[in-house]
Amino acid sequence: MKRMGPRLAAAAAFLVMAGACGSSSGGTVATDVGITSNQILLGNTISQTGAAAAYGTIANAENAYFTYINSKGGINGRKIKFVILDDAYNPAQTVPLTKQLVEQNQVFAMFSGLGTQDQTSVRDYLNTQKVPQLFVATGATTFGKDFNSNKWTLGWQPPYQGESHIYAKDVLQNHPNAKIGVLYQNDDYGQDYLKGLIDGLGDKASTMIVDKESYDVTSASPASQLAILHAKGADTVFVFAIPKPTIQSLAIITGLHWAPTIYVNSVSNVATYMKLAEKSGAKIDGAISVGYIKDPTDPQWTNDDGMKLYRQVIANCSTCDANNGFNIYGVAVAYTMVDVLTQAGSNLSRANVMKIASSQLNETNPFLLPGITVTTTSGDHFPIMQEQVIQWTGDAWHLQGSIINERGTIK
Amino acid sequence: MRFVGRAPRRYWLIALGVIVFAGLPTQVTSFQSLEWAEVLIFAIVIMGLNLLIGYSGQISLGHGAFMAVGAYTTAILVHRYHVEYLVTIPIAGLLTGLVGFFLGIPALRLSPLYLALATFALAVITPSLIKRPENLTQGTQGILLPPQQPPDWASSTFAAVTGGPAMTSDQWLYYLCFIAAIILFWVAWNVVRRRPGRALMAIRDGEVAAAASGVNVAGYKTLAFGLSAFYAGVAGALYALATGFVSPDTFPVSLSFQLLVGAVIGGLGSIAGPLFGGIFTFWLPIISSQFVQTQDWIPDQVASVFKNAGPAVTYGALLILIMIFAPNGLAGLILSAYARLRSRLRGVGERTSGQLPPDPQTV
Repeated sequence: MKRMGPRLAAAAAFLVMAGACGSSSGGTVATDVGITSNQILLGNTISQTGAAAAYGTIANAENAYFTYINSKGGINGRKIKFVILDDAYNPAQTVPLTKQLVEQNQVFAMFSGLGTQDQTSVRDYLNTQKVPQLFVATGATTFGKDFNSNKWTLGWQPPYQGESHIYAKDVLQNHPNAKIGVLYQNDDYGQDYLKGLIDGLGDKASTMIVDKESYDVTSASPASQLAILHAKGADTVFVFAIPKPTIQSLAIITGLHWAPTIYVNSVSNVATYMKLAEKSGAKIDGAISVGYIKDPTDPQWTNDDGMKLYRQVIANCSTCDANNGFNIYGVAVAYTMVDVLTQAGSNLSRANVMKIASSQLNETNPFLLPGITVTTTSGDHFPIMQEQVIQWTGDAWHLQGSIINERGTIK
Repeated sequence: MRFVGRAPRRYWLIALGVIVFAGLPTQVTSFQSLEWAEVLIFAIVIMGLNLLIGYSGQISLGHGAFMAVGAYTTAILVHRYHVEYLVTIPIAGLLTGLVGFFLGIPALRLSPLYLALATFALAVITPSLIKRPENLTQGTQGILLPPQQPPDWASSTFAAVTGGPAMTSDQWLYYLCFIAAIILFWVAWNVVRRRPGRALMAIRDGEVAAAASGVNVAGYKTLAFGLSAFYAGVAGALYALATGFVSPDTFPVSLSFQLLVGAVIGGLGSIAGPLFGGIFTFWLPIISSQFVQTQDWIPDQVASVFKNAGPAVTYGALLILIMIFAPNGLAGLILSAYARLRSRLRGVGERTSGQLPPDPQTV
């Protein structure tokens, strides 16, 4: 009995070692890492908790589209497996999780990772490892503009600066004497929108913008910033914020007995959340934004083939609300991903997939507004460059004017 | 041989632990080595927290902030001033220790509850403070550090021992953390077993009595705070090197809570406790947010609810369970289980595991 301790210890050591040995196993490699004869492995990081949890459903919608494609036989017989990890919109978590997907799960590519700051923080790593970082779910201009220094990274949605240019034009045209107050998120995402607005206003920027206030994504509420904008006499407010602070802002603005012209950025403008803001007391009639995806709550698409397909696809996701615009975003971007993989055919190497995505896309996506195409060429790496102004009247967004093409406006 | 034979059982356990941890990178993948490096990093900072809470009875909710100071010290020195990264580790530790020491001076005048609040305030403002001097800290963008390649001697030794490929940077970082953890655990072991440790425990158990016995209460409390911050600083520096990325959001308020919970669950007032605490703090959020998703037998709806509330709920539930069934943490639980096993085998009871008085003030 006296020697029990060491013996137990030796047994424990053996068990630990044996357990550790069992866990290290490699996968079979067919054409490239993450591809087997019957599977394509894609990875994703997104915020399913935390300040930007509203976006979390996007990955589930993407998975719903992959499930739909898999049920139709997959892509050339290969089924897509999609690994979704929650980074809570925190780059400090995105970095290790991305590393885990690349090194541990051995994904073929990262697909639709969400968040400007988050995706910027893993861009260097993924480019060094030569792992495609495809169709990031952020419109930060850098992802299209700096393609030549990051050849493994590509965006998808229209760039924020282009969107801001549209707002600037709209202000100059319809409210030439506006006193603009800007609320923006204190990071690359907010600053990108702000830069686009300042550039778009040109010479008038310094006189028209009376104040700009930033908020931290971790802060509880942007109330004090909005009170300052109000006090500075702004009569036009730009809310460059993610969904939660946007909803808060809209309610706070009304709470301040303030009725400015409101511009809402496209990353928070889904009708579900606008209605949520109205429920919490916000008066947002006349608010302006832009759209490029068909709004599931808009009755004009009820009999549209794309919308019917979307409803069929999203039924594969038990936790997704079909009316939430973020879900159709997810399905639309997954459609492009499947398009690229299908085009790659039997040459499923990372380099070939990246080449097709970044320079050979010419796609009519059934979930985007009619007339908008997803296009890349060897000299242009912004897949979507068309948007249309929308205005909130009578509980719904209404398309205004015609589609605006921003291609070539961002150098 | 007689010496070896007569060594106390816990020495065997320690030797075993060291061997297991030393051999770990040869058995797991490079990426898993990095995960275990982070476990050791958490173990180090929790060891510091344990010295403060478990031995001197002061509560800190601000150790995430101390980690941030250490991490940013290393990140800025390496990134901006191109200082050799190994040198930055002790610098980060000492600087953070100084910050802790000076913070400890006013903090001493506060009773435990208010000290907790003061350190909590530190944890709250630190991420915002980091964002301000943008050209130094690169604001919200954070600082990216290149992976640190192992020196040739380490790389070739590793290859020779394992007979496999050369050492990766992740494995090298694991060994850095391993060495740091051994040194710092050894220091802690010595501190608590000698004069300072006895003084700290005397203060913890009765400040007035300790002062009456001639213990320099103010001095030792500040020292404990500084030493504890030093541990957090070293851990922060290693964290910056291991993950290769620091941003203000790397060190949210919740990190400080997680560390405190880790210290409690691991076992306060014990040397092995922080190791369990580190394992717990690192793996629990990952398991609760990833493991459940991969289990097909759990219905989607339940899994998504679990995921949305994930780590927070599991933390809370486990903390309550541990408080009820193992008030001395995992280390205490194991000790008492061992004691029970021995008494069952021998038919007599030995000493109980109680190391902490059941005084709620210390938790």
